[in-house]
Amino acid sequence: MLTDLSIADGLRGLRGKEFSAVELTTAHLDAIAALNPRLNAYLTVTAEAALRGAGAADAALARGEQAPLGGIPLGIKDLFCTEGVRTTAASRMLENFVPPYESTVTRQLLRDGAVFLGKTNLDEFAMGSSNTNSAFGPVENPWHRTGDDAVLVPGGSSGGSAAAVAARIAMGATGTDTGGSIRQPASFCGIAGIKPTYGRCSRWGVVAFASSLDQPGPMARTVEDCAIMLRSMAGYDARDSTSVDRPVPDYAAACGRSLKGVRVGIPREYRADGMPSEIEALWQQGISWLRDAGCEIVDVSLPHTQYGLATYYIVAPAECSSNLARYDGIRYGRRVEAPTLDGLYEASREAGFGAEVKRRILIGTYVLSSGYYDAYYLRAQKVRSLILRDFTEAYRTVDALLTPTAPSAAFALGENMDDPIKMYLNDIFTVPASMAGMPGLSVPAGLDHQGLPLGLQLLGRPFDEETLFALGSAIEQAADFRRLPSVTAGRVR
Amino acid sequence: MSYLLEGRDAPWEVVIGLEVHAQVISQSKLFSGASATYGGEPNTHVSLVDAGFPGMLPVINRECVAQAVRTGLGLNARINLESRFDRKNYFYADLPTGYQISQFAQPIVGSGVIEIELADGSTREIGITRLHLEQDAGKSLHDQHQTQSFIDLNRAGVGLMEIVSEPDMRSPEEAGAYVRKLRTILRYLGTCDGNMEEGSMRADVNVSVRHSGEPFRTRCEIKNVNSVRYVMQAIEAEARRQVQVWEAGGTVDQETRLFDPARGETRSLRSKEDAHDYRYFPDPDLLPLVIDEGWVADLKAGLPELPDAKRSRFVSEYGIPRYDAGVLVAEQATADFYETVAAGGDPRLAANWVTGDLFAALNRTGRTIADSPVSAQAMRELLGLMVDQTINGRIAKDVFEEMVETGEPPAAIVERRGLRQVTDTGAIDAAVEAVLAANADKLAEYRSGKDKLFGFFVGQVMKGMGGKGNPALVNEALRQRLARSP
Amino acid sequence: MSLDAATVKHIARLARIGIQDTEVARLQGELNGIIGWIEQLAAVDVEGVPPMVGTEQAALRMRDDVVTDGARPEAVLSNAPGRNGLFYTVPKVVE
Repeated sequence: MLTDLSIADGLRGLRGKEFSAVELTTAHLDAIAALNPRLNAYLTVTAEAALRGAGAADAALARGEQAPLGGIPLGIKDLFCTEGVRTTAASRMLENFVPPYESTVTRQLLRDGAVFLGKTNLDEFAMGSSNTNSAFGPVENPWHRTGDDAVLVPGGSSGGSAAAVAARIAMGATGTDTGGSIRQPASFCGIAGIKPTYGRCSRWGVVAFASSLDQPGPMARTVEDCAIMLRSMAGYDARDSTSVDRPVPDYAAACGRSLKGVRVGIPREYRADGMPSEIEALWQQGISWLRDAGCEIVDVSLPHTQYGLATYYIVAPAECSSNLARYDGIRYGRRVEAPTLDGLYEASREAGFGAEVKRRILIGTYVLSSGYYDAYYLRAQKVRSLILRDFTEAYRTVDALLTPTAPSAAFALGENMDDPIKMYLNDIFTVPASMAGMPGLSVPAGLDHQGLPLGLQLLGRPFDEETLFALGSAIEQAADFRRLPSVTAGRVR
Repeated sequence: MSYLLEGRDAPWEVVIGLEVHAQVISQSKLFSGASATYGGEPNTHVSLVDAGFPGMLPVINRECVAQAVRTGLGLNARINLESRFDRKNYFYADLPTGYQISQFAQPIVGSGVIEIELADGSTREIGITRLHLEQDAGKSLHDQHQTQSFIDLNRAGVGLMEIVSEPDMRSPEEAGAYVRKLRTILRYLGTCDGNMEEGSMRADVNVSVRHSGEPFRTRCEIKNVNSVRYVMQAIEAEARRQVQVWEAGGTVDQETRLFDPARGETRSLRSKEDAHDYRYFPDPDLLPLVIDEGWVADLKAGLPELPDAKRSRFVSEYGIPRYDAGVLVAEQATADFYETVAAGGDPRLAANWVTGDLFAALNRTGRTIADSPVSAQAMRELLGLMVDQTINGRIAKDVFEEMVETGEPPAAIVERRGLRQVTDTGAIDAAVEAVLAANADKLAEYRSGKDKLFGFFVGQVMKGMGGKGNPALVNEALRQRLARSP
Repeated sequence: MSLDAATVKHIARLARIGIQDTEVARLQGELNGIIGWIEQLAAVDVEGVPPMVGTEQAALRMRDDVVTDGARPEAVLSNAPGRNGLFYTVPKVVE
C-alpha cells in the first residue's frame, strides 16, 4: 500500500515513476477521510492545495528535477503558521486565524517539494503531554492495548502529528518540542522523532510557547525519514535571532554509519523511582544492541537531572505568560466585546484559553511577579546552567547518551487528569536535554506487555544530530520494529 | 542664587531628576524592517513583528545600537560592551505583544555627565545615570469615535533611547537648561531630532521637595511632558503641591502624575490598587548584545565636534566672547553658518552680525537658520565689502536689509545703487566746507565750547554724502578743519 | 509559600484572564500544588552559578538598517476583529 511506504521509499518510487505524486497524495487523502473522523489527528485538511502541490511535484519529476522531498505528503503541526491556511494552535483563541505568512520551516519544506496534507492536532499552544488539551477534541492513539478497546492518548503536544504518522495518514509530520513534545508522542505512537539542537531549525512563524526551549523537528516512521526531513527543515534564518549559522549536513548519510568506538553514556539518574521494569529491561536491551554495534558503554552521572522538571515548570510558564500576552482580542483572534479595554482583555482571554493554558499563564505570571523573580525564575535559570554543565561534563567522556524516552507507555484517555503534576511527570526524561538545548532522538524500540510501543531516547552534543541518527538507525535495525498499530490506513483491527 | 520655596518654618529645596525619551534617528525600527519615518497612513509602517503576530521574532537594528553608543559617547558616559534586553510586561491597546522590549538590568550605556549653563553664566554638572534602548509604543486616538479608541501602530517598535539623569537638578531653570543641552547634544550627534512637538523627545520628570540637608523625600513622576516650558512649569506646580501636602501634615505618595498646562497643575494618573507589576525578565527571543571595543572606537572617531568643544574652540580660535560662542553653538546649523561667515574675514564682526542682524532678520521673517533668506556665503561677501572698505557699516546695514528682501548678492546691490564708500579726501573736504558754511550758527556755538556738536557735523557731512563717506576720513577731515581757525 | 485567594485574583488580574469567583478555590488548590512542587529547587546550591543565557549562539547578530517591511496594512489588519478604516479599534479608553 502506498500509505505504508517510508519517505525514502516514497522518493525512490516517485523518482522511478512507479507511482505519481498525485497518486501518493490521493492515497493519503483517502485514508484521512476514512480515519480522521475517528482519530481527530488533523484539525484542517487541505486536500485541494495538496493535490495542486502533488501535481506540481509530478511536473517537476517529469522535468527530471529531484527535489529533496518532491511529492512527499506531510502533516504540519497546527502551530506552524501557514500562509492562507487557518492556524489554530488548537486554541479557541485562534480558531479563525489565517496567517498572512508562512513559517520558515514550512516554507523550506515547500521549497523542497513537500506536499502538505493539512494541519495536525496538538495540545493547546503546545502545552500538554496527552493531546487532551486541544480545544478541538483529543486525538486517539492508533495503538490499543492487546484485547482492550480503551482509547489511548497519543502523547503530546505533537499528538496529532504522531498519530497521523503512526496511522499512515501522513508519511511524516512536523512537530515542535519544548520539553518533550516531539519525543514523548513519538514514543507513545511507535514512531521516530527528533528534537534538534536549539537554534538548528528556525522558530520564525511558529506560534511561540516558551521561546528559549521551543524547537521544531521532524516525526516519521524511520530514523532515516527524520534525517531526510530535518535536512529540509534545518538551517540558518536571519529572522530568528536565536538561529545558529552553521551548514546543514546530509543527515541521512549518517544513518547506518559505523559506530565503532562511539562512546555512549548511561546516566544513572534516569533510573526513576517506580519506573516499570519493562522500560528498564528495554533500556538494557538498547545498551546491548549498541554494544553489539561496536559502541563503548560508559556509566555517567547527570546529578541535576532530578531538578529538570521543576526548572522547566518555572521557565516555560514564565516565558509563556509573556508570549501569550499578545492574544488580547485586538489585532487577531478571539474577541469578546466588553465596555472597557480591560474588560475586553479579560473576557477574550477567559473565553479563548483552555484550563491548562490559563494555569501556566497564571503560574508564569506569579513566578515573575514582584518579589518572587529571584526565588523562582532567576534560580531556575541558574539550575538550568547546572543542568547544562552536567551535559557538558558528560560529553567530555561520551559522544551521546541513551535513556528511555518516557516513564510509561501510552495511557488511556482520562488517566493522569486529576493532578497536573502527574501529567507533567511524563516529560521527566525529555526535559533535561530541552533545558540544556541539546538534541534528542526517540526511536521505537519495543513493545510493553500490553503490546504498546516504547521508545528509547538518544541525546547528543549540540549540533551533533548525525551521531544520533547513526545510533538511532542501529537501534532501529536491531529492534526490527515492525508491529503496526491497530488503526492504520486500509487496516482497522 | 538658589531656587527655594518658602515654607512655614524653613524654605524648601526642590530635587529633580529627568528621564528623557529620545526617538532614535534610523531608517527602520529597532527590531523590525518597517519604516521608522514619522507619519504615514495608519498602520502602513507596520510589519507583522510590530503588530505582534504569532511566531514573529525581533532582530536588532545595528544602526540603532550605533546611535545609542554615539549618544553615550556624547554624554561622556561609559559604554557597556555587553548589555541585555528585557521584557517589560503590561497590557495596553497600543502595545501589541503585551510587553515592551527594553533594557532593565543591563543597559547599553552607564553613567556619564553633561554640563549646563544658567542665565547668570554659572555652570553645573548634571550626572547621567544610564541610557538604554527600548521600543516605542503605538498610538491610541481617543477622539475619533463616540465609543471606540483607534489604534495606529506606525510608531510601535521605533527605537527609543531612555536617558536617565541623576536627581541633580534643584530648580526649574536647571531642568530646562538640562533638557535644552541634552537636545543640543542629540541634534549635534544626529541621533535624535529633538522635536518635542512631534513627540520624538519627551520627558518624565521626577520631583520631590525637602528641607536643606535632609535625605530625599518621596518623589512623584510627571509623565510625558512635551516641551521645555512645560517641564519647568510642571516642576514648579508639582513642587508647590508637595510643599502644601507636607506643610498640611500629610505625606506625598509615590505616584505617576500628569501635567495639565491649561490649569497649570499636576494630577494623579493611576490609582494605587492598579499599580503595575512589570515582571521584567530577559527576552528569550534575544541574546546578549555584545559589541566590540574596536567598533565603539570607530564610532567615537566618527563623532562630530560637540557643542562644548566647539564653544571653546570658537573662543580661542576666533577670539569672540564666551557668551556669543554659546549662542552660536546652540544649534549645529548656526555654528556652521557662523564659521562660513567668519572664514577668512573678521570673526568678531561675523559674530556680531550673526547674533545681531541675522537673528533679528530671522525673527522678523519667521525663518530658521536652515532656510535663512541670506546665505552664509552672501553674508560673508557683505562683511568682506566692509572689511576691504568698499562700503561702510551704515551702508552695510542697508545692503543687508535689501539682501533679506530680494536675495540679491551684496556686491550687485552696492554697484547698482552706487553705494561704494567715498575715500576721496577732496570730496570729503568739500562736503565739510559746505556743511560748515550752511551752519555758521552751530559752528559759532562749537567754537564757544559746545564740543558735543562735533557729532552733529559728522552726521551732516555723512548726510551730505549720501551716507557713503568713509567715517574715519570724515572724522579726520572735520577734526582738522575745526582745529583751524575760521 | 502558599497563595491565598486574593493573590490568585491579583495574578489573574495581572494576566488579564477573567476568572469566576467559583473558580478561585479550584485554581488556588492547583496553583499551590504546582508552586509547592517547584519549590524543590530551593534545595539546589546555586551559589556563584550564572543564570543560563542562550546556547551555542552566544550574542545577538545585528541587521542592517534598511526598510524591508511594512506598507501592507491589509495583511496587518486581515484578522482584526475590530477595525475602522486602517485603524484597529478597542472600547474607548478614558485617560
